[in-house]
Amino acid sequence: MSDPVLPLGSASFDGLVEVREIGPQGMITLRGDLSAPEVIAAVTDLAGLEMPGLRGANTAGDTGLLWMSPDELLLLVPYRQAPAAVDRLTAALDGQHVLIVNVSDMRALFQLRGTQLRDVLAKLAPVDFAPEALPAGELRRTRFAQVAAGVWLLDDTTARVFCFRSVAGYMFSLLSTVADPDSQVGFHVK
Amino acid sequence: MLTFECPCCGAHADETELHAGGEAHIKRFGPGASDDDFEGYLFTRENPKGVHFERWRHVNGCGKWFHAARCTMTMEVFGTYPAQTFQPPKDLLDKITEKRPGWSWRDLS
Repeated sequence: MSDPVLPLGSASFDGLVEVREIGPQGMITLRGDLSAPEVIAAVTDLAGLEMPGLRGANTAGDTGLLWMSPDELLLLVPYRQAPAAVDRLTAALDGQHVLIVNVSDMRALFQLRGTQLRDVLAKLAPVDFAPEALPAGELRRTRFAQVAAGVWLLDDTTARVFCFRSVAGYMFSLLSTVADPDSQVGFHVK
Repeated sequence: MLTFECPCCGAHADETELHAGGEAHIKRFGPGASDDDFEGYLFTRENPKGVHFERWRHVNGCGKWFHAARCTMTMEVFGTYPAQTFQPPKDLLDKITEKRPGWSWRDLS
C-alpha cells in the first residue's frame, strides 16, 4: 500500500491558538436510516462508542462517530484500518439500504488548541461559539469564510476542524490569520 | 441578519449558511395541463409585503431542504418546517394569524 500524503504535509502555526494539520485520518461515510437498529448496532460495534444523537460527535482518539445530517454519519477510524472497516460494515449491513464509502483522502483535518479557541473560531463562522451554544462533543457543520467546514470541540481548549482537501491551503491560511497573536478579541475568554 | 432554525439538524443557521430556493408550495400540474397552468407553475410568483413562505436549503450544514415562513418587511421569522409537506402546519398558521391578523398569501390566510 502506498504511503498516505497529507494535503499540507503536517503544516502548523503557533499564535493565539496552536493550529496543526493532523492525520492521516481514516474516514468512512455512511448514508442510510440512522435510526435503524441494524445500522446502530453495526457502527457502535465497529467504533466501540455510543451512537451520537442530533449533531453529536462521539470521539476517542482517532476513532469517532460524527452526526453529519439526518441520514449521514461519518465514522472516524485509524487510517490503515479504513478499508477493513468498510468491508466489515458492508458485510454487517448486507441487505440494508445504506451506502458505505471510504473517504479518508477526501478531507483535511486540523487541530486547534489554546485558551482563545472560541474567540478564534468565532471570527470565521456565523455560529454562536458560546459554551452553552456549542458544548464539547457537538459537531457543527458550517462555513469558515468562503468554504464549507465542520468543527467540533474535544474539550474547552481543543477543537478539530475539517474541510475538503482541495481547500486545505485556504483553510490553513484562514486559521493562521485568525490566530494571529496581535488579533486577540477577548470576548468568550477574558 | 436572517437566522432560521433548520428543522432537520436543529442548528440556528445564518442566511449566509443557507441557499434560498424561492417560493414554497408551488404546484406542478400533471399531464394534459393547460398552458395557463404551466405558465403559472413557471412564472407566476407572489411578491408580498408581509407574510411569505419560502424554500431554503441548509447548504453549508446538513444539506437538507426545508420550508420557512417569514415577514418580508420586518424579516421576522415565524417558523420553519420540513420540506416533505404540501401545506404549512396548522400551529404555524395560527401563530402567524396571532402576529399578523388578517394576513393572506395565495390561498392561505
